Amino acid sequence: MDQANPFVSTPRRDIRAGLRDIAPVAVAAVPIGLLFGAVAVAKGMSPLEVTLMSALVFAGGAQFAAIETWVSPAPILTLAFATLLINARHVLMGASLTPKVRMSRVQTLLAYFFLTDEAWALSERRALERPVTGAYWIAMAVVLWANWTLSSTIGAILGSFLGDPERIGADFAFTALFIGLVAGFGKSRVTLVTVAVSAGVAALVHLFVGAPWHVASGALAGIAAAYLAAPEEARS
Amino acid sequence: MNLDTTTLIAILAMAAVTYLTRIAGLFVADRLVLTGRAKAAFDAIPPAVLVAVIAPTALTTGWAEAIAAAITAVAAFRLPLLGTVAVGVIAVVVLRNVL
Repeated sequence: MDQANPFVSTPRRDIRAGLRDIAPVAVAAVPIGLLFGAVAVAKGMSPLEVTLMSALVFAGGAQFAAIETWVSPAPILTLAFATLLINARHVLMGASLTPKVRMSRVQTLLAYFFLTDEAWALSERRALERPVTGAYWIAMAVVLWANWTLSSTIGAILGSFLGDPERIGADFAFTALFIGLVAGFGKSRVTLVTVAVSAGVAALVHLFVGAPWHVASGALAGIAAAYLAAPEEARS
Repeated sequence: MNLDTTTLIAILAMAAVTYLTRIAGLFVADRLVLTGRAKAAFDAIPPAVLVAVIAPTALTTGWAEAIAAAITAVAAFRLPLLGTVAVGVIAVVVLRNVL
């Protein structure tokens, strides 16, 4: 159906495009992965557990949140609920991307294991010009997944030799990282209200009720505040 | 190489929940159009969760952490992510030694 022209997509060309698009993202993720592994080990996880979490969950935000609130034994339901809240955004990404990918349903079900903020954003950009093929997606996905799993494993192994994380301020690294991530959501009025309410409620609940309840209560309060602070019929 | 059973179950639960969120969009494509307040609430989920996780460390641990968090927030709007982390870590180490 496609005429032979330089713009037609071939698997080889799509793989090359995927690798080119994901390369800078993968490079930037290496130190974050190292940091994740090192702090996870300092919180009491073994390197093997770090590897498994990165390989199977493969979601930075949820993993950071899990480690930041990590206690032993692991509170399974609390971790699952926090993961659900943080990753709920994937539903919107998948819904938006699905009409633009050129893959069968089964292929998409497999491919979406690798759905991340980064892969989604790059695919949406590519979809402006051409459909997102399996070759493009898998090239990006495999690089990012292997990169994340490997860098957090190396971080975990190096971290066991690092010693007390507080001495070098590494215990504060996630707090700083999260502040950086939150800043990425901008300075709109709704975002500022969300952040203020979530921070206030979480800090108070942590003081008077204790962990891990501050995560769910702070998050839900922030979400409710955003709902109330937003104009009733905003178009976006 | 030790693998705690409870930790393994927690990891598997996190993985299962995450995978469900990843494929759920496949089944609601074309039907999930959020507008107005519902969209604002949905968009607010990531920052709300992130802030709730760090609020105790940032606000109620001590002055060093609180001031370092404020410095980090200022840096966050001007620097890339790794620069922001570096500023925050250096700030907390210095402040813990000074205060």
